[in-house]
Amino acid sequence: MEKWEDNKAWFLVLPVFVIVAFSAIIPLMTVVNYSVQDIFGPGQRVFVGTEWFREVLADKRLHDALWRQFLFSGMVLLIEIPLGVMIALMMPKKGWGVSASLVTIALPLLIPWNVIGTIWIIFTRPDIGLLGAAINTLGIAFDHTASPTDAWITLMLMEVWHWTPLVALLAYAGLRAIPEAYFQAARIDGASAWATFKYIQLPKMRGVLTIAVLLRFMDSFLIYAEPFVLTGGGPGNTTTFLSIYLVKIAVGQFDLGPAAAFSLIYFLIVLLFSWLFYQALQNVGKGEAS
Amino acid sequence: MTIQKRTIGLLIYFVLLMLPIYWMLNMSLQTNADILSAFSIYPKDITFGNYLKIFTDKSWYSGYINSIIYVSINTLISLTVALPAAYAFSRYHFVGDSQIFFWLLTNRMAPAAVFLLPFFQLYSTFGLIDTHIAVALAHCLFNVPLAVWILEGFMSGVPREIDETAYVDGYSFPRFFITLFLPLIRSGVGVTAFFCFMFSWVELLFARTLTTTAAKPIAATMTRTVSAGGLDWGLLAAAGILTIVPGALVIWFVRNHMAKGFALGRV
Repeated sequence: MEKWEDNKAWFLVLPVFVIVAFSAIIPLMTVVNYSVQDIFGPGQRVFVGTEWFREVLADKRLHDALWRQFLFSGMVLLIEIPLGVMIALMMPKKGWGVSASLVTIALPLLIPWNVIGTIWIIFTRPDIGLLGAAINTLGIAFDHTASPTDAWITLMLMEVWHWTPLVALLAYAGLRAIPEAYFQAARIDGASAWATFKYIQLPKMRGVLTIAVLLRFMDSFLIYAEPFVLTGGGPGNTTTFLSIYLVKIAVGQFDLGPAAAFSLIYFLIVLLFSWLFYQALQNVGKGEAS
Repeated sequence: MTIQKRTIGLLIYFVLLMLPIYWMLNMSLQTNADILSAFSIYPKDITFGNYLKIFTDKSWYSGYINSIIYVSINTLISLTVALPAAYAFSRYHFVGDSQIFFWLLTNRMAPAAVFLLPFFQLYSTFGLIDTHIAVALAHCLFNVPLAVWILEGFMSGVPREIDETAYVDGYSFPRFFITLFLPLIRSGVGVTAFFCFMFSWVELLFARTLTTTAAKPIAATMTRTVSAGGLDWGLLAAAGILTIVPGALVIWFVRNHMAKGFALGRV
């Protein structure tokens, strides 16, 4: 489908541009400004060029946090996207079950992020938490404050519990937007459920799945409140993700310059990978969808 | 047979999904001492004391009111500006369209910690600190791009012949957009409204940075129980249960728009 060529469409975009640019541009410039200066106090600052960037890029602990972050986000995408699509396919298409499913599935999304962490602290406690007690009853020693493996499992469980509904809701809305005529055609052709999924539902969900993948990648890569509350980055540094480390530098050591340089590098990594995902998903769609 | 398997799978998922929420509900109906003293699968002495405290203490319930105000403003602004923009992106080619489209999303990609200070300075300059509109506007930074992206996806699913036919029939753009086009993408509008509401509702860092008392959000009020001499789990759990309620109501209202889907034959 060719789009219409018309620069007057800019007038439709202008309100969005103004409202977003108001909050976006000045803070970003300020952070860029911080990142090239050494700030001692109000009015006392020295231009240091790229020193902070070189310092941050050479930081061993940052490298570790970065790999941890990639592992985390990779697992999040691999688990949540297929699971969310599966749940969306299982959800009823009509009747009272639709409303019930939609409301139920949205519940985890509505809890503030710091509260999610707090709830899971007690939910996984072996003495008074449901999950912790259940696992202990099975005879497995489980303690996310001592064992790095347990900490990761708990974090992943919490993350999947918290965010799979987002993928499922998007996928469900995408599925409902497919005209019934496509399914009728598939039925007439005697297509199997798998063929219907592969050639009709999946290509038609490309738009919503692109958004789902990008959102889950960005938000899981920037995750802060939930692991900070649940594990505090520990045991040791085993769950210190990038943003937890960033806050340690920015608030703990109050080094505004390096923290700003760190933020910009962090931002560029998220930007680069989101762009790659976006391009990849656009092209996959072109090959399959008619 | 397959339908039954589906239903069973879905039910298992829902049970797992509800477990942590049930545990929160369970805790919210007990006193702090009861929660910490022994494990119990259901509350033995049900008490509504935690809820009573939230509904009678102004510092608690005003948090809910503040959150509802700025979240509603934000959802309204986001949808109003995003709808025409999403239409432009889905239908037209114009200078810088794909760049602007992706730039919008980049505003969700910055780690918040270091940006909070310049954010605070910017909003102080405009005298907006501790107002609902400040938080609503700040949340537009991540909600407007999301709304544009989701809506654009749904709009692109609508064949362009519908627009062409309407314009040939003499519809003006606003009349076509509101009476013909919006009903076609209602499931998309429903999802978008819910997501704007949700992301604004659970966001804490901006909301806390830009407010002190008059517009303090509920999520910030809840961190107070964490700091004050040990944790009052019961009170926190009750507050947590209550934070779910407004969003559940929103999704209840948009559920039909999400479920109806898209009937091509209607036009």
